[in-house]
Amino acid sequence: MNGIIKENPTFVLLLGMCPTLGTTSSAINGMSMGLATMFVLVCSNVAISSIKNLVPDMVRIPIFVVVIATFVTVLQMVMQAYVPALYATLGLFIPLIVVNCILLGRAEAFACKHGPVPSFFDGLGIGLGFTIALTLLGGVRELLGTGKLFNMTILPEQYGMLVFVLAPGAFIALGYLIAIVNRLRKA
Amino acid sequence: MEYILIFITAVFVNNIVLSQFLGICPFLGVSKKVETAMGMGAAVAFVLTLATIVTYVIQKFVLDAFGLAYMQTIAFILVIAALVQMVEIILKKVSPALYQALGVFLPLITTNCCILGVAILVIQNDYDLLTGVVYAFSTALGFALALIVFAGIREQLSLVNIPKGMQGMSIALITAGLLAMAFMGFSGVDKGLSALFGL
Repeated sequence: MNGIIKENPTFVLLLGMCPTLGTTSSAINGMSMGLATMFVLVCSNVAISSIKNLVPDMVRIPIFVVVIATFVTVLQMVMQAYVPALYATLGLFIPLIVVNCILLGRAEAFACKHGPVPSFFDGLGIGLGFTIALTLLGGVRELLGTGKLFNMTILPEQYGMLVFVLAPGAFIALGYLIAIVNRLRKA
Repeated sequence: MEYILIFITAVFVNNIVLSQFLGICPFLGVSKKVETAMGMGAAVAFVLTLATIVTYVIQKFVLDAFGLAYMQTIAFILVIAALVQMVEIILKKVSPALYQALGVFLPLITTNCCILGVAILVIQNDYDLLTGVVYAFSTALGFALALIVFAGIREQLSLVNIPKGMQGMSIALITAGLLAMAFMGFSGVDKGLSALFGL
């Protein structure tokens, strides 16, 4: 549960910034990216914690990376087969889950010291935190940019500020969200 | 002419950091000082160009030749990790001065998503080797440009009184947003140029 608020990977630890900014042009896209990352995180956490005693310390990082890359490839193939439209929208950011520092970070900090069951819940918590953060950022950008939320019109179209859907809006929206979270954590 | 177009597009119009969102971690992480930003920029330019050549050869002569295209992600990340290690070892022996300058940044580069991202983009866009290399090198220059400009702004920003909640990453991200907005001014330049060159 720590992963959702106290150690939220996006707002507090500031990990995995590339997909956070790159895939949150709408709430749906943000949520899908979060769920995709959560899937890989849970699988790799469980796999790494189960094999941790067989892996020599010297080569553990390359082995962790291969484990993560394997699950990313599985995810890529499943998404290509069942949700091709979503796969096309998220595009490059799906293979790039491999280099998301959240995954290797959790493998190093948690999975290689704990058993499979706690690692499963750690992956679930951090993954949920990431998903919530991405959905929130996507929602803010979609609402300000197009006046919609999850594709439902909330504000009339003419109030949309296109810049929030484009690149600069991603940086600015995340900057203000982090400022708000900082303020809330102090209170 | 085609290469000039690719260069200008990759550096200014589709800047890797500010419009494609790749390589954000080093962009936010090592941009506190202009000097370190320059070191990081040079290291990325070096590794990115090299990695693109190696991954291109692997894709064409190993993965495609044996029908292993689905192994792309795993193969590329391993090749990049090995390459970075090798560059580090060779630089230490051959050019200690360069190693001193780039050394700290090299291990960080393995997890820099713009290396893997550009390697995959070159394959996806079906570039030939020379075009791919030009594209990779210009992308790296674009990365360095954005990083150094951003570091310059942040150096000045550290002298300014900022509201408490906004300090640190928050104001940095908003600054990056304004920088991205400035770079948006270049959009359309690539189309104008290609019309000018008659491509």
